[in-house]
This record gives sequence, C-alpha cells and structure tokens, in this order.
Amino acid sequence: MSAPGPAREPLLSLRGVAIGARHRRHSAEIVRGVDLEVFASEKLGIVGESGSGKTLTVLSVLRLLPDPPIKLLRGNITFAGTDLSHLDEKGLEGIRGAGIAMVYQDPMTSLNPLLRVRTQIVETLRAHGVDKGTAHARCREVLAQVGLPDPRRVERAYPYELSGGMLQRVMIAIALAVSPRLLIADEPTTALDVTIQEQILELVEEIQAQTGMAVVWVTHDLGVVARIVDKVVVMYAGRIVERAPTRQLFARPSHPYTLALLGSLPTTATGHRQPLTQIGGTPPDPAHLERGCPFRARCPFVIGRCSEEEPPLLDRGPDVAAACWRSPDEWPR
Amino acid sequence: MAEIVLKAIDVVKEYPSPHGPAVLAVRGGTIELAAASTLGIVGESGCGKSTLARLLVGLEQPTSGRVELMGEVAAGKVQLVFQDPFSSLNPRLTVLAALNEVLSVHKVAPNRGKRRARAEELLAMVALAPRFGERYPHELSGGQAQRVAIARALAVGPEVLVLDEPTSALDVSVRAEVMNLLTRLQDELALSYVFISHDLAMVRHISDVIAVMYLGKVVESGPYEAVLGSPFHPYTRALAEAVPVPDPELEASRRRGAVGEAISLSAEPASGCPYHPRCPLAEDLCRAQAPALLELRPGHAAACHVAARAEARLVSDPCL
Repeated sequence: MSAPGPAREPLLSLRGVAIGARHRRHSAEIVRGVDLEVFASEKLGIVGESGSGKTLTVLSVLRLLPDPPIKLLRGNITFAGTDLSHLDEKGLEGIRGAGIAMVYQDPMTSLNPLLRVRTQIVETLRAHGVDKGTAHARCREVLAQVGLPDPRRVERAYPYELSGGMLQRVMIAIALAVSPRLLIADEPTTALDVTIQEQILELVEEIQAQTGMAVVWVTHDLGVVARIVDKVVVMYAGRIVERAPTRQLFARPSHPYTLALLGSLPTTATGHRQPLTQIGGTPPDPAHLERGCPFRARCPFVIGRCSEEEPPLLDRGPDVAAACWRSPDEWPR
Repeated sequence: MAEIVLKAIDVVKEYPSPHGPAVLAVRGGTIELAAASTLGIVGESGCGKSTLARLLVGLEQPTSGRVELMGEVAAGKVQLVFQDPFSSLNPRLTVLAALNEVLSVHKVAPNRGKRRARAEELLAMVALAPRFGERYPHELSGGQAQRVAIARALAVGPEVLVLDEPTSALDVSVRAEVMNLLTRLQDELALSYVFISHDLAMVRHISDVIAVMYLGKVVESGPYEAVLGSPFHPYTRALAEAVPVPDPELEASRRRGAVGEAISLSAEPASGCPYHPRCPLAEDLCRAQAPALLELRPGHAAACHVAARAEARLVSDPCL
C-alpha cells in the first residue's frame, strides 16, 4: 500500500474487474476488464444500455451483486486506500453509508414497507453513531433539503403513502444524511418526471459543492450525462469501450458506438421528421461473445482486424481512450 | 385547413376514490387530430395523458363529453400502441399467431391462406423478415417486439394510431429505428398519430401540433415550433428547461431553477389556475380565477392570464 499520497490519489478505483457466473469449470463473464477511477469531488458518468454491465459494475463495489449466481470473478476495488475486494462483511459495514452511499432506480424495493420514513432515516443515522435527538432533527432537515414539501407529514408516512418521486427523494435523503464521501446513483431519476429530475440534479450538485462528495452516476440518458458529470465511461457488452471528459465525448467521440448513440438522438438541429441515424442490429449477449470486437456487427467502420482481435482501450488523446482499432481520423466521412 | 379525423370534445374522466373526492384524471380536454398528421401530447406522470389516450381509442368511456370519429373513420379504425411491447404481446403466441388472431377476430381476411398472406405483408411493412413470424415474444429484442406491436395495430387497417410512450421502454440505440419506422408508415399509409410521451425531443421530432397537459387539462397547444420554441405557458417553459439536452456546452450555459415544486393531482389548489402554486409569475388573478385556453396567436393557444395579457390580442374563441 502506498503512503497516503498527493491529492491525485483516486477515492475509488477499479482494476481489471470481471463479473459473472461460475459454474463448475465454466464461467460466463458478463463484465470484463473494467478499470475506472473516481477522485474526490469528481462526477463520473457510466453510460450504457440495458445489459451493458453498468449496474453490475457499481453493485460490485459494495459487494451487492446477487451472489449466487453472480459474483466478482477477478479484479481489485479500492476505496480511500482500503481494498474492498478482500474486506469482510463487518469491514464493508463501515464503508457503506458514510463512505459510499448508494441510490437505486426503484425506491419502492429499497425501503422497508412496514416502517415509517422517519424510522428508516433515524435508524440509518443511529447506525452511524448519531445520537437519538440529533438524528430526529437531522431527519427533518434532510427531508427538507431534498425538496419534499411537507417534511413533518413525509416523515410520518409509510412508503406506500408517497409517490415514486417523493420516495426517490426520501432515498436520496437517506443516502445524503450521513454525508458520504462517494455517492453511487444507479439511474436514480429515470423513473421520475423531468422537473423532479432537475430538482434532484440541482440538489446533488449543491451538496457536492458544499462537501466535496464524489459522484458516480449510472444512466442511459446522454442528456443527464451532459448536464451533470465531468467525465464519462461508455459501456457496451460488458466492457468499457470509451472513456473521455464529458465535453470531449460529445464534441469528438472516439468510439463508433458513442458516435452512433449521439447521432441517433433527435436534437434541435435534426430536421423535423427526417430519418434519425439508426444503429442496426442489437447488442450481443456479453456472456456469449464471439471472437473480435463485440460492436463489429453494428459498426459502419469495420475493417478486417475487427473480426480477428478485440481492440483494447487505446489512447486517443489526453484522458481519452477508446476500444477501437481505428482512430476517429481514419473513420470514413 | 386539413380534414379532422378525430375530435375529443370537453372530455372529462373521473375515477371514484375510496377516500375523499373522485380523481379527475382528464378534466375538460378538447382535442382535434388532423388527417395524416401527428398530435404530440406531453406532460408529466399524473397529468392524464395516458387516460386521454384510452379515451381516444374507446378503452375508457368519458364521464362526460364525447370522442367523435369524423368522416370516413369508423370505430375500430383507431388503434393503440402501448409503451411496453412485451406486456402487450401474449408470451404464448408466436408473432404470426398473434397477427392471425387479430385478423380473424376483426374478420379482416376470409380464410387461412389470405390471413397468412396479410400477416406476412404486415411483417414486411414493419421491416421484419418472414422468419420472425415463427418467433415468440421472448425471442425478440425490444425494438423487434415494438415492431410486432405496431404490425398488430396496423392489422385492421386503422386510420389513427394512438402511441402511448412507444419508445420509452426501448434501449436508446433502437429508439431511432422505431421513430423512423413510424414516420415512414405515416407517409406511406397516410396515418394520423396521437403521440404521447414525456420525451420532448421525440415529440418535437415527430409532431406537427403539440398539446401540453397539466393536471388533466391542456394548458398549451399549437404548432410544434411555436409551443416548444416560444412557449406561452410557464409550465411549458419549465418543462422544456428541465429536459437535459445531450450537449454539455449548452447545458453549462443554461439557466436553471425555474422548475418549481411538483404537486400531485390531489394537491390541486382549491381555486385559480392549477399551476399557480408552482408558477414563478403567479399573481392575485391566478390565485382567484382559472384561466381559459385562449388562442393567443393563430393556432397557438395557452391557458395563462399573464401570457394572455402580455399578448394583449385576446381572441375569445378557444381553439383545440
């Protein structure tokens, strides 16, 4: 373990992470070779479609994979100098919450339906050593902070009495109550209305500016990515196919998949009712990949090498890497 | 003026509630759909847009008001396509069997041979190879399943398709494919669409006319460019501002914070404009009296006292 070094020590780092199911001698890898780093007060976006492995990747951090059958097969996960992949359950308890807090897409399944909202928030705070009186005061404070209109009513409510948007804000309130150093948010606003989403994005930014909390935001929505994160990794078929600072990713994508995704969205520049750029085909099953690049069947820039060898992440400029044999300069116009 | 194919006049849909007063999901909406055009309906969850869709196709009967099919359009010529294709397809029927069922129930084709031919024609229309006919829903991708759902809706030769969030359940990379299919089919078959979505970018892309709903009422309507480009209603503006756009430069320069607090249906204010508790422009008049939907510019209507005064050219004839 290196000495607690300069400021550029990542808060969270994943090295060579592979996730999948192992059955006797067979293993099916759903996520492969994932490397990522998040620094304090940085906002990282993980973008991908359903089945790309983005959720499994973040679930592996706090060992929340549905094991069995799915587990971390290989790789190292380090948080603030602690190796999480070898930490026991007790050690992980110390990280969950104040170290890393998670918010999931579906708040209904993450709250206890039999307990009032207040009980669940106070319980979380008490588990982090906050005394009872302070916990109750803090509970109302965080509910107000996430923009819930009537905190006194909300804290007495049972989950079924609240709307999806309100519940998601309760979940975010619980996550933020203990001032985590890192917030991992897995599609937390996907089920919400855009105006509520905007409130939550503003709230996260505000808290981040105050506390220097780092954020990992998992989403399929490129608008949200453009709105909130500093840097992005794009996942496809279980691996990272591009990493880049946000502006760079949108201005000059380095992987054909990123280019195609951006091109398929209607914008104000797209002609009204004009055909959108389609990405033909469907993503492959990451557990049953053939030789070569997993995107090649859908790629407009495919060359001979793509069916023989899977490209590693190749440097395409400062802080930019893409898993494509061809640099964007070589793509046919 | 284009021919009107479908008209909802003062439709109100009320659902009884076990506690307290009935829930008014749609309250007095009037909507017109012109032939071979697309009416986009946007709004947030609970605004009544899905209820309106069900009223338009006759899956629900309005509590008051009526839905009229105009001219040549007969009952059954309005079809609905749902958000999630997998939950709207029978998992135990192959694609061909599903299409067959519709064709025989609606007596579209007289015998098996004709039905089979028509089913294959429908698959071709949605650009699916004949081999997909033998597949079950679980063997289809989301995009393919939505194509099948569209083919099934087309089976009866409809004039109007009501599309309720047709791309929202699909992966980003297949949404473009479904959108392109919809615009192509509309051009080929002169279909009229009611396109309901919370995805403003998609609605803008396909719609000729857009209606914005808030708490069961249309609060703004007009040509798509006018409604989204120069909205009258503060709610339309808030909605358009809240949608993050896939452009970091633009996002960095946008002014935020006009969104206001969301309220649930039951939290509708006792008097005045339903939007006034969230509205940054609300004044005494807004708290006292509900604004009517007024045509403030030709074809472009809004229900807002402030916008109406600013526009100053009041036409008392509510359009749409």
